[in-house]
Amino acid sequence: MKQSITLSKVTQLMGFGFLKPITVLFSGKPQKEDFINFLKKIVVPLLSIVLFIGLWQAGASALYNKEANYKIEKALADQGQLAADEMKACIASGEISCQPNTLPSPAQVWASFKTLIEDHKIISADKLAFKEKTAAMNEKRIAAGKDPITYTGRPSFVDQIVTSLKTVFAGFLLALLIAVPIGIVIGLSETLRSSFNWLIQIFKPVSPVVWLLLVFMIVKTLTKDSNSDSAFIISFISVGLCAMWATLVNTAMGVSSVDKDYINVAKVLKLGPMQKVFKVILPSSLPLIFTGLRITLSVAWMVLIAIELLAQSPGLGSFVWEEFQNGAIDSNSKIIVAMFIIGIIGFLLDRIMLTIQNMVSFNKNEGV
Amino acid sequence: MAYLELKNVCKTYGDESGNTEVLSNINLTIEEGEFVAIVGFTGSGKTTLVNLINGLIKPTSGEVLFKGIPVVDTSHERGVIFQNYSLLPWLTVGQNVYMAVKEAFPKEQKSVLQKRVADYVEMVSLTPAINKRPKELSGGMRQRVAVARALAMNPEMIIMDEPLGALDALTRGNLQDEILNIWSKDKRTALLITNDVDEGIYMADRIIPLKPGPNATLGPEFKIDIERPRDKTALNDNPKYKETRNAIIEYLMDIGEERKSVSDETYVLPEISPKSFVA
Repeated sequence: MKQSITLSKVTQLMGFGFLKPITVLFSGKPQKEDFINFLKKIVVPLLSIVLFIGLWQAGASALYNKEANYKIEKALADQGQLAADEMKACIASGEISCQPNTLPSPAQVWASFKTLIEDHKIISADKLAFKEKTAAMNEKRIAAGKDPITYTGRPSFVDQIVTSLKTVFAGFLLALLIAVPIGIVIGLSETLRSSFNWLIQIFKPVSPVVWLLLVFMIVKTLTKDSNSDSAFIISFISVGLCAMWATLVNTAMGVSSVDKDYINVAKVLKLGPMQKVFKVILPSSLPLIFTGLRITLSVAWMVLIAIELLAQSPGLGSFVWEEFQNGAIDSNSKIIVAMFIIGIIGFLLDRIMLTIQNMVSFNKNEGV
Repeated sequence: MAYLELKNVCKTYGDESGNTEVLSNINLTIEEGEFVAIVGFTGSGKTTLVNLINGLIKPTSGEVLFKGIPVVDTSHERGVIFQNYSLLPWLTVGQNVYMAVKEAFPKEQKSVLQKRVADYVEMVSLTPAINKRPKELSGGMRQRVAVARALAMNPEMIIMDEPLGALDALTRGNLQDEILNIWSKDKRTALLITNDVDEGIYMADRIIPLKPGPNATLGPEFKIDIERPRDKTALNDNPKYKETRNAIIEYLMDIGEERKSVSDETYVLPEISPKSFVA
């Protein structure tokens, strides 16, 4: 029983409270209310997923038929009845060269997902083999003071995801390191707050694309004489700059709006200025700071895709763009796979931040 | 020389357009070792008076003298128990008290300070809850933490701003006794702000009513000439108690009436009568 209590607590804390009906159903004796709860919280949401897939399937097949009819009519108009019949037969046979290219069906997307996983396995095996093959030679090269030979083949889909995650975390860290200290300083001083307000208000709504161009201008010059990976640097700095505003504003607000009672306590206890900041002001504004960080992380993940797409930096964004340019028969379904993966990862990142936020926050009225 | 002295203190809030004088012409003298209670209606400027004395705010005119020196800032010599507890919710009971103790005795060793924290938490009988956070405590327990925090700093004077206002009658009585105990043991000076006349009579040497604000000022003082330790149940039959209580309440009622008659606003009641549903 104790285990199930901790289990439900963990799920609650992680924001997976919706899993509670299941844990209840499998721990101890389920009551009638538990069962109704299970229906409401689990079965109905599952039905909504089925409905979504059904609508998607219907929409996809309607678009498929429209595209197919258009192809046949075009063949009829351009080349006559014979070509039209051929085209019809070709589409019906499932021949890849003449398939209508439109919104893929759920089944196609699932197939593409499996292809991508297979592809990843092949590439990983390839990488491993390459590593073994070059291991001896690399040792010699290192001993001779040369750079080791690295694998330069095509990255797999999973590699792209990992690259994207690295970029988003680098950007998030940058945002944190810039926005939190500045936010604290600005929040503490009314003068600084009013003098920097225009800057924040002007830069906050600037589009990710413009940030990217700005960062590109600067980083391009700075990295002229080094051979480091400037695409990665450009994209993570742009992500950080785009996403840091929510944290900056929230931190400044949290620090400037500390409950007057706490300030009075600090005064009566005669805390020094540093102690006042670190023992009273910061802890009491932590919930707001973490709310800001949570928004920052989700904004970072959202703009990352667009920035990777433009910066030609490897990752999910460039994967989507390359597939779109590629135009192969399964390109569209791979794009949809990427869309779902992006969505799911974004959701998980948000949950992680929510968990941390719940751990550090307290109710404002708890001490009063 | 008086221990604490307020000379013609006025406090005004607001800007040029709409000034409200909350306190006007407050004169108060408290001797060392005395227990003084100030009774007043809610909203009569009691908290403003407390904040003036402990140094959180400065008077608009007049002076507040503590041992002959003007009060310009807060001081560890004057411990404050706030009306709304004001515990830091992210710290445990022990940490809340420790923070105060560490500031009051910066040179002491950590173990000495921790002993002190444990002692004062024990004094308000919260030892089992020392590692709990304020949200896990009841209102009475929180207020006891606030009492422990203020007293652990070993202040020469204890300033209490309706410290027991939000508590139930039983907890209230217990805490009153605890505060009286501490006060009489070390013979500290105490100032109690309250809206409860009985509480004032039970605890204080002198009761001074605060006329309701705006322009609140202190009324005539009432000496409580009942010897200590006072017994709560026997107090009810004490003729002196009855006499003082009646006098204070009568005075408060009078100024309450005065306040009503001061406002010359007349209210026009709408001419409506209940609708009759009986046909």
